Amino acid sequence: MNQAMPDTQTKNVSPANGRRVLVEVKNLKKHFPIKSGILFQREVAAVKAVDGISFHIYEGETLGLVGESGCGKSTTGRTILQLHRATEGSVQFEGEEITTLKGEKMRKMRRRMQMIFQDPYASLNPRMSVGRIVAEPLVVHNIGTKKERDERVAELLEMVGLNPYFVRRYPHEFSGGQRQRIGLARSLALNPEFIVADEPISALDVSIQAQVVNLLEKLQEELGLTYLFIAHDLSMVRHLCDRVAVMYLGKIVEIAESEELYINPLHPYTQALLSAVPVPDPVVEEQRQRIILKGDVPSPINPPHGCNFNTRCPVSVDVCYDEDPELREVLPGHWVACHRVV
Amino acid sequence: MAVAEGAEPISLDEEKQKGANPWVDAWRLFRRNKAAIVALCILAVIFFIAITAQLWTRVGVLDHRTGAKARHTVNPDNLERQDSFADPGLCARDNLDSNPYWCSWLSGEALVAVQADHCYRPDPDYSQKQWCYLLGGAESGKDLMSQTVYGAQVSLAVGVLGATMSLIVGLIYGVIAGFYGGRVDNFMMRIIDFLYGIPYLVMVILLQVFFTEIANEYQDTGREGFVGFVLELNQDMGGLLFLFIALGALSWIGMARLARGQVLSYREKEFVEAARAVGASNRRIIFVHLLPNVIGPLIVAETLAIPGYIFTEAFLSFIGLGIQPGTPSWGSMISSVRDNGGFFSNRHLLLVPSVALVITTLSFNFLGDGLRDALDPRLRGT
Ligand SMILES: Nc1ncnc2c1ncn2[C@@H]1O[C@H](COP(=O)(O)OP(=O)(O)O)[C@@H](O)[C@H]1O
Ligand SMILES: [Mg+2]
Repeated sequence: MNQAMPDTQTKNVSPANGRRVLVEVKNLKKHFPIKSGILFQREVAAVKAVDGISFHIYEGETLGLVGESGCGKSTTGRTILQLHRATEGSVQFEGEEITTLKGEKMRKMRRRMQMIFQDPYASLNPRMSVGRIVAEPLVVHNIGTKKERDERVAELLEMVGLNPYFVRRYPHEFSGGQRQRIGLARSLALNPEFIVADEPISALDVSIQAQVVNLLEKLQEELGLTYLFIAHDLSMVRHLCDRVAVMYLGKIVEIAESEELYINPLHPYTQALLSAVPVPDPVVEEQRQRIILKGDVPSPINPPHGCNFNTRCPVSVDVCYDEDPELREVLPGHWVACHRVV
Repeated sequence: MAVAEGAEPISLDEEKQKGANPWVDAWRLFRRNKAAIVALCILAVIFFIAITAQLWTRVGVLDHRTGAKARHTVNPDNLERQDSFADPGLCARDNLDSNPYWCSWLSGEALVAVQADHCYRPDPDYSQKQWCYLLGGAESGKDLMSQTVYGAQVSLAVGVLGATMSLIVGLIYGVIAGFYGGRVDNFMMRIIDFLYGIPYLVMVILLQVFFTEIANEYQDTGREGFVGFVLELNQDMGGLLFLFIALGALSWIGMARLARGQVLSYREKEFVEAARAVGASNRRIIFVHLLPNVIGPLIVAETLAIPGYIFTEAFLSFIGLGIQPGTPSWGSMISSVRDNGGFFSNRHLLLVPSVALVITTLSFNFLGDGLRDALDPRLRGT
């Protein structure tokens, strides 16, 4: 999906390479207030789950979003889909601002972007049959007659590699991989253009992971989908993603094309993450040096002053404790937020 | 059929096909619990008898619930003296039997008060209807079996209606608090915390005393307006209405807490988020996604709470604050032993309602246990 798109003269075309931008995120923040008080609660602090991130996703590409658990990846995905209201910043879908959409307009917009979830057990209502689960988006949007919906459900189940014969079955009768397929069928019901996949394979057996990844790739090819693919380690996203963004403590520290990031990681955090990924070549694997970061991830309630990686950074200097580094384009298409990178 | 290569095979097990629906599954689990099935059958029988009680009075198996109407009295002269003892001589004159001893199995000689209430035909065919004294008699010629059956009506009504009311109120309150969260939740839960501090039984007793006072006051001034209507209704229900109000005033708060906790645990589940992502309304999320999942444990809790309501009614009636005098209830039957020679001379008067009480409450407990095994998702694969 890496080929250049023909240059269309719409306003959401990236000036850099002429590809159409589907989702544009600017300075997005999501803070969860922490309240206290018995009867009248006031806000005492906030979890800065997402703290000012900007990136864009090209039409038809897969953008990987990688970072340790708790760094705000899921919150990013949910805030983009307006499952959380953004605290600040903007999200544009094909040039349309969606953080301010309400009511019927928001409902219409929801048809165009969907989500698949990490936990295949929690993501399906145990009291609904597979047929009802997959048909729910159609019912909610009042699409088609009962018969048409049944046909669509059968079609969707086949599309994700499940036997349409099982529409009357209930989720607990299926394995994790099968459930993930059911969830995928549900998210495809409304023909969305954009899908946020929140660690869709992390909870699955290794043997099933490849199947689901292949299915996602197949569907992307057939339906022209755009993915934001969230993962907690870099090994998973390498061959699936066109570009990868690395997140740390509510901020994006580095974005680059997938291969570029693997060959030439610039941010010390990315380097540390990559050093943990095993290499299939035994000679290289032998020489692999793991960079062990000191300390723990600081709390997102009180992120460190300056660069928020400074408490663990092996190469930090004075300026890192004073100034928050900006995300800069240091090589074409390779953005990094670090004072030490020139 | 485009089943993807390498997709895990799905078992075509017939048994599994049948039990697909979680509610059907629950029923299969429930059926395995023998004690719960027996309890369910016993309760079904008790319910059936209680509901059809009026039917049995017509056939003559049961007496009227107060036991005061001499249904079998044939002598028209005797109609005026319905509530008094039948005159053995009067009965003899009409060739009737005034002595119902022979069909009272439990009581024997102790049953003095019963002997002359009704006149009976000595006719062998007709005598089959004298089952009325199957369990013996109570004070002033009342039939103990009739009283027990009509008492079951009261106990079951209190148990089932009390549970239903507290379930509905608690569910609505708890779901609103849990679903909307934040300020609403905080405010609603503080109210609950406050109510939790009030001792339940004391509150119920005070309410009953209060209602009795109002009723007495209106006795003099006449019954008009809304209060009059309510008092009238309560009178017609034998005092049950006020009892429901008193029991229901606080019993829902435990249920509301449970419902809220359940909703909180499901609200953040990913399937709810998936519904939101699709654009489902709050109403749809509550009714389609939350309620079917949270209702199970609530039903279990309510079933297990029913014996509590039944006991509270029995206790209130025992101390004279429950059902109105004249309406038989197991509690008031037990208390009447005090005024009728005490336990040693009339032990069946105590035994019959007590055994009925124990069987009913035990059955509800076993039923609740069975429901918990069947409905509590934590004990199952999902
Ligand atoms: N609904 C919420 N309310 C309060 N805090 C939240 C909520 N969701 C997430 N958080 C906090 O935000 C941070 C980021 O969470 P999340 O986005 O789930 O991380 P990730 O998906 O990268 O593991 C965590 O510290 C988490 O505790
Ligand atoms: Mg997550």
